[in-house]
Amino acid sequence: MSHSHEHGHDHDHTHDRGHHPSLVIEDEAGNIEGQIIIDALQNILVRKNLLAPEEVTQEIEKIEAPGEHLGARIVARAWTDPEFKERLLANGKSAAAELGIKVGEAQLIVVENTEDLHNLVCCTLCSCYPRSILGQPPSWYISKAYRARTVREPRQILSEFGLNLPDDIELVVHDSNADMRYLVLPERPTGTEGWSQDRLATLISRDCMIGVAKANAAA
Amino acid sequence: MKSRFQTSDRVRVLHLGKTGHIRTPFYVRGKVGTVSELCGYFLNPEDLAVGKTAGPVVPLYRVSFRQTDLWPDYQGPAHDTLCIEIYDHWLTEGQEAS
Repeated sequence: MSHSHEHGHDHDHTHDRGHHPSLVIEDEAGNIEGQIIIDALQNILVRKNLLAPEEVTQEIEKIEAPGEHLGARIVARAWTDPEFKERLLANGKSAAAELGIKVGEAQLIVVENTEDLHNLVCCTLCSCYPRSILGQPPSWYISKAYRARTVREPRQILSEFGLNLPDDIELVVHDSNADMRYLVLPERPTGTEGWSQDRLATLISRDCMIGVAKANAAA
Repeated sequence: MKSRFQTSDRVRVLHLGKTGHIRTPFYVRGKVGTVSELCGYFLNPEDLAVGKTAGPVVPLYRVSFRQTDLWPDYQGPAHDTLCIEIYDHWLTEGQEAS
């Protein structure tokens, strides 16, 4: 991991990596300009006692705390409670709040996969993603290739993820380009009758809630 | 601003030629689709990006397009669609012939 020592700006305070981790990971092209700028800014703010490194760490932990387990809880509940599912499809944000899950984005639109219809989510313009319930997006989601190709050749994208969608299934691509965020409600796998929500949640991957996969089969 | 369109209205995406923080990608401009729902009223990101946070809010719709209308050489079946959010000022009444 690149750090200040390697890009040569001077810094005369002692440097404890445990207290001052690199804040920006290089992007897919290997660029670290963003990291250099943020590193320099943080060094100045710390030196002027405007910021403690611990505060930065706490903010990073806050950003990274939500994860796909929240989305999986929402899906597992919808699989087992038809009335909840109706409310979820009508208003994702308020239904999630029933489970004590706070959706930080303006609105959550839940799109349901059926035996006749499959939903796939992308953001062509940047990296819009329901972070408050799925965590930070995977690197492929924010890659230019995924963003450009998912609207252009979505079935090819799905097959590269190992999902060969038959032509009689309608495919709906959702470009998450503005204020809405999207969660795919995958189909409940067969053979899971009577399963608890916790057990069902083990079948619900991040990828199936983006739409590049189906929920895992019951083992 | 009152919403001008309703669910199942046909609409065309305009070429506004604006620069800056635009949320309407090029691949839908000039294309005709169908309003699937009104999402609500939101601050215009084109204003927000330059610090104008006082509004007004503008209607935001989800608009659905046939993939074969977006991409003449689309490889998948004709029933495939794409749904995207478009702010009111980027839309006009749609006509079939472009």
